[in-house]
Amino acid sequence: MSSSAETAIAPDAVLDALEAEAIHVFREAAGAFRRPVMLYSIGKDSSVLLHLAVKAFAPARVPFPVLHIDTTWKFREMIAFRDRMAREHNLDLKVHTNAEGVKEGVTPFTHGAHEYTRIMKTVALREALDHGGYDAAFGGARRDEERSRAKERVFSLREPGHRWEPRKQRPEFWRTANTQLADGQTMRVFPMSNWTELDVWRYIQREQIEVVPLYFSKERPVVERDGQLIMVDDDRYPLRDGEQPEMRSVRFRTLGCYPLTAAVESKADNLDDLLAEMLIDRRSERAGRLIDGEGGGSMESKKTEGYF
Amino acid sequence: MSSTSSKETIALVEHPIVRVVACGSVDDGKSTLIGRLLAGTESIPDDILDYARNTRRSGSTIPKGEVDFSMLTDGLEAEHEQGITIDVAYRHLYLPSGRRAIIADAPGHEQYTRNMAVAASTADIAILLVDATRGIRPQTHRHLTVCAMMGVRTVIVAINKMDAVGYEHVAFEELAGGVRKAAARFDLEEVEVVPVSALTGDNVLERSQSMSWYHGPTVLEALTSWRPAPVEDQTKAPFRMPVQVVVRADEFRGYAGTVVAGSIRPGDKVVVNAKGSPISVERVIIGGQDREEAHAGQAVTLTLETETDVTRGDLLVAPADGEAAEHFPRPATAFAADLVWTGEEELRHGRSYLLMAGSLAVPAVVTAIRGRRDVVTGEEMSARTFKMNDVGHVEIATDTPVPLDPYSLCRDTGGFLLVERVSRDTVAAGLVRHALRRAHNVVPHAFTVDQEARARLKGQTPRVLWLTGLPGAGKSTVADALERKLHGMGLHTYVLDGDGVRTGLNKDLGFTPEDRAENVRRVAETAKLMLDAGLIVIVSLVSPFRGDRRAAKALFREGDFLEVWVDTPSEVVVERDPKGLYAKAKAGTLPNMTGVGQMYEPPENPDVVIDGAGDLDASVNQLLDALEVTH
Ligand SMILES: Nc1nc2c(ncn2[C@@H]2O[C@H](COP(=O)(O)OP(=O)(O)O)[C@@H](O)[C@H]2O)c(=O)[nH]1
Repeated sequence: MSSSAETAIAPDAVLDALEAEAIHVFREAAGAFRRPVMLYSIGKDSSVLLHLAVKAFAPARVPFPVLHIDTTWKFREMIAFRDRMAREHNLDLKVHTNAEGVKEGVTPFTHGAHEYTRIMKTVALREALDHGGYDAAFGGARRDEERSRAKERVFSLREPGHRWEPRKQRPEFWRTANTQLADGQTMRVFPMSNWTELDVWRYIQREQIEVVPLYFSKERPVVERDGQLIMVDDDRYPLRDGEQPEMRSVRFRTLGCYPLTAAVESKADNLDDLLAEMLIDRRSERAGRLIDGEGGGSMESKKTEGYF
Repeated sequence: MSSTSSKETIALVEHPIVRVVACGSVDDGKSTLIGRLLAGTESIPDDILDYARNTRRSGSTIPKGEVDFSMLTDGLEAEHEQGITIDVAYRHLYLPSGRRAIIADAPGHEQYTRNMAVAASTADIAILLVDATRGIRPQTHRHLTVCAMMGVRTVIVAINKMDAVGYEHVAFEELAGGVRKAAARFDLEEVEVVPVSALTGDNVLERSQSMSWYHGPTVLEALTSWRPAPVEDQTKAPFRMPVQVVVRADEFRGYAGTVVAGSIRPGDKVVVNAKGSPISVERVIIGGQDREEAHAGQAVTLTLETETDVTRGDLLVAPADGEAAEHFPRPATAFAADLVWTGEEELRHGRSYLLMAGSLAVPAVVTAIRGRRDVVTGEEMSARTFKMNDVGHVEIATDTPVPLDPYSLCRDTGGFLLVERVSRDTVAAGLVRHALRRAHNVVPHAFTVDQEARARLKGQTPRVLWLTGLPGAGKSTVADALERKLHGMGLHTYVLDGDGVRTGLNKDLGFTPEDRAENVRRVAETAKLMLDAGLIVIVSLVSPFRGDRRAAKALFREGDFLEVWVDTPSEVVVERDPKGLYAKAKAGTLPNMTGVGQMYEPPENPDVVIDGAGDLDASVNQLLDALEVTH
């Protein structure tokens, strides 16, 4: 009754369908909104997002700017990668940092992960969106990332002040999106809503999309804290008494601010090995983000504040 | 890209992603069933499984340490607290065939028909839960009705909690018979009824040891054995592609969109908006590469052989020959349609909504409510309005002719949204039954003598000055003084006065917020006719609500409508009280009096602000300036 050889669906076919859906969403938003922008966080999802944007409008150039919120604590390799991508794809790259936060010396260590993230990411993002006058922002969020995301819309409405109100979210019928905005409203748009982490990696492999090398294993200087491996990317990282970075073969499943992103021990230094490891290790990728470790609903409360 | 063109094309026709809507009433065991399906197909990360081992909702009887499958699909915090599902959630299921299933988990409560409709709108399959201990209930009929209406053709009915009825064959047969009978009312291709226990796992992923009398598929098998309609049927559906964006680069000009029905090859002919002459397709491009063919579901860019005026919102369709002729979506301005009302606000008769279908957006009005459908009994009853979660049959009229298909032919070109023009909320989902052909006769005639011609003859620029303010602010006084001045200058004017229209045109309306909205709408439409006639129209109307004024302004071209706030301090207004209204309101005999019993919302961005307590001549001069009339 179940899968016989002739009915088996190739993984490529699933990717084709996901790609088509994402391109549809990109085009719809680009056509409907006055001033869209693409959020670019330099990670693998952003790399796929960028690749999809390029495909959606080829042979024309990506018809909107690309925005990076720089918290000043990103891995150094990420910044170098970002600048190279911008050059290679001829992107209109905008970088924004919460200057106020920098002035006040906000760091993950002085203010705690949660407050730091609120100021340097959430507030910074709001500032950048307001300042740019953007009415829509593309993001690479996926529904499989976290339980509360399963209910996220592809076109997610934000009230004035970027507030996300569960009750104001619009019903999504068919492929038709209500892209109309009332005064002060904006839209977050997630073309990759239906992708899984595995889809992302398979697609990266198939399309030969370049990603930041931090995703692949290498000897890196790390310290172990509360059971998490943290890479010491520069000398700003305050070591505790007796703590000494040691070289270990690690990679990252997700990339963010280096003091808040845990590494996993791994030998996978290429895509094939990485995919193989993923099929065995079936933990959700957010397990590696220290900021999300505060219970299943924490993403939701952050979102109501305007976090992406 | 590694795959060849023909391989890829076939792959998409195979429908690599199947969409499933899961429906059931609260406590039927839907979360448990879905959780089991997800866990059993390795579609859930291990740390979430751990969470479901260690976290319990109040009232749960499942011992800690065992997986509570219902926790796997747990979502928003607000729902944790209420212990119910209030919104549609989407989850991935890796089917053994390699096909991906996206399960839309729709909430069970009766009041969430609209969310069910959302989940069903894209679904190929419905999983419908029936609790064996409770039997077939009104909800079962509701779910069947909504699924069938939204175009779901395959239904897997899971008769759940068989463990609680002793795995009895007789009990199952009775329920299965009842469900089959209920389903027979609808146009469904396949109904599979499966006896399961979501709690113990019987017949979910694995065959039940306790129900040897059952020989049909498990739920997972039933999902996996689903097949898309045969290719011949799909290609019979004529080509449709709504244009989303025009891609321009150097010499290149392409039309980008998703093929929603049929297929297209270079050399095929298409017609823009189903009118005019067929044009040949030159290139079919996917992801920057030329293809020999593209099918429904693919995002493509087409170039045409002849230079044509095609923009976003246009629909490219196969020409009306052969089999396609019957289905040709000749543009029309009136349609019979089914609506699912999703708005907080009720349907307003005669109000202009925005109709959105694909990338198309056009003003539309519900011209007749034919009836409301009882989603449990299927009966149609007469209705004057729809409120949230109502389903019914209406006639709608669009401002301009649009090419829409019957929903049964194509969901994407036959389904539409109605959007409220001020709040921008989606107030309804619509499903076209058919175009109303007689509407061809009422397509507005493009008259040769137009607003501009009439205005030229009068030697003036027509404008609408919309004076808003508290009762007694001085709107009528200003309107009168301004009209006298303009008249004296030989200009053609008319004052539409709030009190005046209430004795005639609007004498059927009261002062509730709804009636005030309708009052404003009618005055605005009248002003629009007068503007078209070439007049300078001075409207003097309290119009206390921002939303109503914004809706009025939306009827006009930029610049034709000037919002004038006659701003008078409320002490002055109460003092003046020319008609004794404030006195009455204070005495309590006038409940909805603006400024006393009802709010006045001052304009946020008025074009002109007049001091209603200031010098009248100065006010008139201010308005003359705004009209750009030399004085
Ligand atoms: N006896 C029995 N109880 C079940 C079965 N499936 C679910 N339940 C119980 O019914 C209750 C509601 O289940 P849940 O999955 O949360 O229902 P939902 O509201 O439809 O999502 C829980 O207490 C479950 O343990 C079943 O097959 N047999």
